[in-house]
Amino acid sequence: MSYDALQEVYDAQLLKKMYYYIVLTRSLENKISYICHSQNSKSPMIIGKGYLSTGQEAISVGACLALEDGDWLAPSHRDIGGMMVRGLTLEQIFLQYFCRVTSPTAGRDGNVHLGDTSKHILSFISHMGSIIAAGLGVAAAIQYREEKNVVLACFGDGASSQGVIHESMNYASVFKMPMVFVVNNNRYAISTSTKNQMAIENIAERAAGYGMPGVVVDGNHVTEVYQAVKKAVEAARAGNGPSLIECKTMRMCGHGTHDPANYVPKQELEEWKQKDPMTWFQNELLQSQVMKSDDIKSIQDQIDHEIEEAIEKARLAPVPQGEDLLRER
Amino acid sequence: MYYAEAIRDGMRQAMKADERVYLLGEDVAQMGGIYGVTKGLVDEFGKKRVKNTPLSEIGIIGEAMGASIAGLRPIAELQFSDFITSAFSILVDVVAPYRFRMGTKTPFILRAPIGGGLHIGPYHSKCPEAWFFHVPGLKIVMPSTPADAKGLLQSSIDDDDPVLYFEHKKLYYELKEDVPEGIHRVPLGKALVRHEGNDVTIVTYSAMVHLALKAAQELEKEKISVEVLDLRSLVPLDEEALLNSVSKTHRVVFLHEAPIRGGVGAELESIVCEKIFHELKAPPKRVAAKMTPVPVAPNLEDFYLPSLQDVKNAIHSLFQ
Repeated sequence: MSYDALQEVYDAQLLKKMYYYIVLTRSLENKISYICHSQNSKSPMIIGKGYLSTGQEAISVGACLALEDGDWLAPSHRDIGGMMVRGLTLEQIFLQYFCRVTSPTAGRDGNVHLGDTSKHILSFISHMGSIIAAGLGVAAAIQYREEKNVVLACFGDGASSQGVIHESMNYASVFKMPMVFVVNNNRYAISTSTKNQMAIENIAERAAGYGMPGVVVDGNHVTEVYQAVKKAVEAARAGNGPSLIECKTMRMCGHGTHDPANYVPKQELEEWKQKDPMTWFQNELLQSQVMKSDDIKSIQDQIDHEIEEAIEKARLAPVPQGEDLLRER
Repeated sequence: MYYAEAIRDGMRQAMKADERVYLLGEDVAQMGGIYGVTKGLVDEFGKKRVKNTPLSEIGIIGEAMGASIAGLRPIAELQFSDFITSAFSILVDVVAPYRFRMGTKTPFILRAPIGGGLHIGPYHSKCPEAWFFHVPGLKIVMPSTPADAKGLLQSSIDDDDPVLYFEHKKLYYELKEDVPEGIHRVPLGKALVRHEGNDVTIVTYSAMVHLALKAAQELEKEKISVEVLDLRSLVPLDEEALLNSVSKTHRVVFLHEAPIRGGVGAELESIVCEKIFHELKAPPKRVAAKMTPVPVAPNLEDFYLPSLQDVKNAIHSLFQ
């Protein structure tokens, strides 16, 4: 895309924001992966494993940038990028991974099982897609008070097999709720490929069964995700009900940092490596001269610094004591 | 006022007093719900505040939870408590641990009719309280009278935690008493001695309170003085009232309509044995339903449910 073409649709600030959050997510998760693999298992910094969105950062970032202040997010486990767009800080994320008492869950839960109600982020829970049921209620409250906000409900291809997703999409559509469903189809639910997960090619086809629009977009193109979600958010905000957007991508890592993902054919990974969302977008920005290579470097330096700073702060935070378990929150 | 009317009046008062309170559930609007408990409320408050939902327990409980996070005070109705299982995970995994994990309160009520005696079988008669008694983060309210039903409902609405409010369907239109007008509160976690006695305590809740009272009356003729303790709520549990009563009578029977194994009675019995074993003059007894699904045929259901004779037999055994 030429500079003019990109500029026609987006302003440079937004493009830079997209890039910043994609690099931030990639760098944060690389760091988490590094810590998981290098830390002393007898006195680990990270309790448990890392659950990363490597190779699919553009979906969460692009979708969440399409939201406005006051909107809500019901996240999946691969939405740390979007959560940061919505205001979750690096320090909160490391506190959560380190299970410190000042973490969003006070050390009672770990890694990506977090949210922040004050920032309108519901908490992901391990039962895939289940938090979306609560998203229905947030949307109902928005309608009840005749407000103009929207709930972005994110889930994966694996979760799409769950009953809660069917009930939620039907329920939201019956009430024309201000919701946007974004399914992140990364081709694998742990080791189960989408071929063994569903008998259709596109999850978006299911939208027809709920009487809502369904579209498929390239999840590795942040601008495409942004555009589709923006349109759906505007429709939802205008009272036209929910939509389903399927973002095609590839999980370029294991399910968690413990999973070498040997079940993924090497060739498949190689193919998708060529479509890396960060590299693609970087090239777009460079070619269209929205950014220069100096900018790329300074953004990376800034992010690396932010990450180190957040880790240092989180490391100094106290761990919970046993009796904190019974403290009322 | 009948039990069902008292619940309706409680909802009406709460809705009049607080804009944040609204009702949702299957067929709750024009039809007034399967048992007519919400009848007429849609005329008074409109469809926005008395909201019919699709047949989706996940949707209903999910909506109630999310709306409570967003600042409302929803009252959700399930047609039968049996159908909670269709959204078990939402309740147990999403709702119950949310405040513990996130520090975010989810103040809503889930109303659901429980209980047998109407010959409607395995899927419309359960008493599922023991499943949730085991789950940290949920409150459980089990009203036994119209006035309590109204008062406990308001306290459940006021409460900052999710409350399972289990109504006994057999009481809906059988039980009538004067109910205080306007807003009426009965605090959660405060048991009530429904009948004073000195020789044995029946610890019970919900519809079984009335069976216990009947037993108390009959045993009076035999000069056995029975105390009936109505727990009113299981979470929070009024442990003090339980221990006080048993310390006074020195004998105890735990009575509930749910099946005996792993029932609430087992936990209550443990509490008594652990804390005041020395006060007991006889081993504690449990009277509860048989370990089968709830059957339809009247004779089968009568045999399934705890009977007056079961309660009397249990009490007699404590004096042998």
